Amino acid sequence: MSAVRLPRSPKVLVGAGLVAFFAIMTVVGPLLAPYNPSATNFDANLRPSATHLLGTTALGQDIFSQLMVGARATMIVAIVAGVVATFFSIAVGVAAGYLGGRADDGLSLTANVFLAIPGLPLLIVIDSYLPAGGRSNSFVIGLIISLTGWAWGARVLRAQTMSLRNRDFVEAARIIGESRFRIMIFEIAPNLLPVLASSLLFTILYSIGAYVTLAYVGLTSTAVWNWGTMLYWAQANNAELANQWWWFVPPGVCIALFGTGLALMNFGIDEFINPRLRAAGISGRVRRASGLPRRPRLGFTPVARPGSVRASKAGAR
Amino acid sequence: MRVLGRRLSLYVVTAWVAITVNFLLPRMMPGNPLQQMIGKATGAVTPQQVLATKLAFGLDLNQGLWAQYVGYWHQLFQGNLGVSLTLAASVSSVLGQAVPWTVGLIGVSTILSFLLGTFSGALLGWFRGSRLDSVIPVATFFQAVPYFFLGIVTVLVFGSTLHWFPVQGAYSQSVIPGWDWGFVASLLRYGQLPVITIVLSSVAGWMLGMRNMMVTMIAEDFVLMAVATGLPRRKVIMHAARNAVLPSVANLSLAIGLVVSGALLVELVFNYPGVGDLLLQAVLNEDYPLIQGIFLVITLTVLAANLLADVFYFILDPRTRVEAAV
Repeated sequence: MSAVRLPRSPKVLVGAGLVAFFAIMTVVGPLLAPYNPSATNFDANLRPSATHLLGTTALGQDIFSQLMVGARATMIVAIVAGVVATFFSIAVGVAAGYLGGRADDGLSLTANVFLAIPGLPLLIVIDSYLPAGGRSNSFVIGLIISLTGWAWGARVLRAQTMSLRNRDFVEAARIIGESRFRIMIFEIAPNLLPVLASSLLFTILYSIGAYVTLAYVGLTSTAVWNWGTMLYWAQANNAELANQWWWFVPPGVCIALFGTGLALMNFGIDEFINPRLRAAGISGRVRRASGLPRRPRLGFTPVARPGSVRASKAGAR
Repeated sequence: MRVLGRRLSLYVVTAWVAITVNFLLPRMMPGNPLQQMIGKATGAVTPQQVLATKLAFGLDLNQGLWAQYVGYWHQLFQGNLGVSLTLAASVSSVLGQAVPWTVGLIGVSTILSFLLGTFSGALLGWFRGSRLDSVIPVATFFQAVPYFFLGIVTVLVFGSTLHWFPVQGAYSQSVIPGWDWGFVASLLRYGQLPVITIVLSSVAGWMLGMRNMMVTMIAEDFVLMAVATGLPRRKVIMHAARNAVLPSVANLSLAIGLVVSGALLVELVFNYPGVGDLLLQAVLNEDYPLIQGIFLVITLTVLAANLLADVFYFILDPRTRVEAAV
């Protein structure tokens, strides 16, 4: 297994870079915050300056500190929800795909029901009944979000499992007498990794959107700083009508950039799974270097990759 | 028809699950928050309304759970969703006023966004590898932006800075609602920015999905054949696109729930008098009967829309009909 097979398009690198940036922000963000994000002892509505990198709110709070401190809660919820939901997806999707028959009918029905119920209204209903202690607890919120976010992954994993189920190597394992559980974990699961990774990224993307939305609606504790709470306060003070862009643009852009990072990484995985998309993603420079036409011809799937071009040239020399 | 029948039964089961969840939730929560709310609201609400709400929510605690459940269904079939504790009106009448706004706004934007996204996605797929590919990262960014944040930004840019569009409400305060030209014009004018916001947020998903299908489709023999016969390029693109669009249509029913979830919040930003705005008010006031009524109505509407999308797919794709005939 050489590392060359991992997609190395600029899209994936940019995506991974963005995700890494926000991962670091999650860890060190609260340490970098210059002030207490809730302290209201500054002048109100200051524009960004050297003392207040992103200005202050109408209540006189430092926005940069809120952004840095808020990163952690936002990420924790997104990751808890993403991981728990993916765990559910694997359990339901792989079992349904592999077992088939009645078990498949039941599990697929469950997944489809969860897909058909609009997630956000359900989240809002559940969340509105939570006591204050639950609303301020990132793990509780993460768990509830995972409840509405697992079904899509389960569906995709089920389809992939079904296509693997009757391959020769699985058949062989069955003949050897491996147990069903062992076949699912050791034979099928490793082949699901790309789909799994894609589903995890997608679920984290969903979770972060759901959490920020809940916070924006005012359904998470306003005492816990996250990017959604920042938007909640900005909206509550009509920042968008007062042209206070420095208040709500930073959290929104952070959410969008993190989401873009995840989606770009997902592109890489898609291209890894579907070589035709990968071929379409070859840049003009690489295509010229490898002697491919500027636009791929119809009916053909060029297979040159940046790595392979360099490798063949080195070989010729 | 078997395919449609299966989908229909899925939606029936889903509706049942949603209704049952709606029934169980207030009963599972510690301290019965609903009972407390009714206690607080008795000043504003008449005793008859309290009774109606108690009936709808089975708050007659002497009954067993099953008897409450049966009673709940009974009330539901009579259209009794309880009474809004803060608006002092029945939940169904409050919802009756809000639903048309939401259905109109989301319906129009979803259709626009689907058409626009599919069309541009087909072109992006056909001209893959060209300069047009630079649209992809931009589209990805828009896909990752929460709908409501984009709403805030459009309000800032096009509303309070450029003053191109009105940004608050669904029609001008100076016109009287009614089916005359003045009102309709105001409606269209006020609707533009919310529609643009929802389309901008949701179009990228359709576009990228369609592009990927198109790229896969172009490598098929029938496209090569079409080119070989010397068909004009435009016709070949149409030919490939018609085949590539099917998965998009199949996904339509799944995506409606997501779009609705996002679009509800756009209403919030624009103070659009639809269900989303109502939901926020209900949440802020802890008006549980209203929250639950809204959840139920949204879910049932989304299921109905799903079924419509499935019928559309059934009409478009002859293969589903062949399968059904066998």
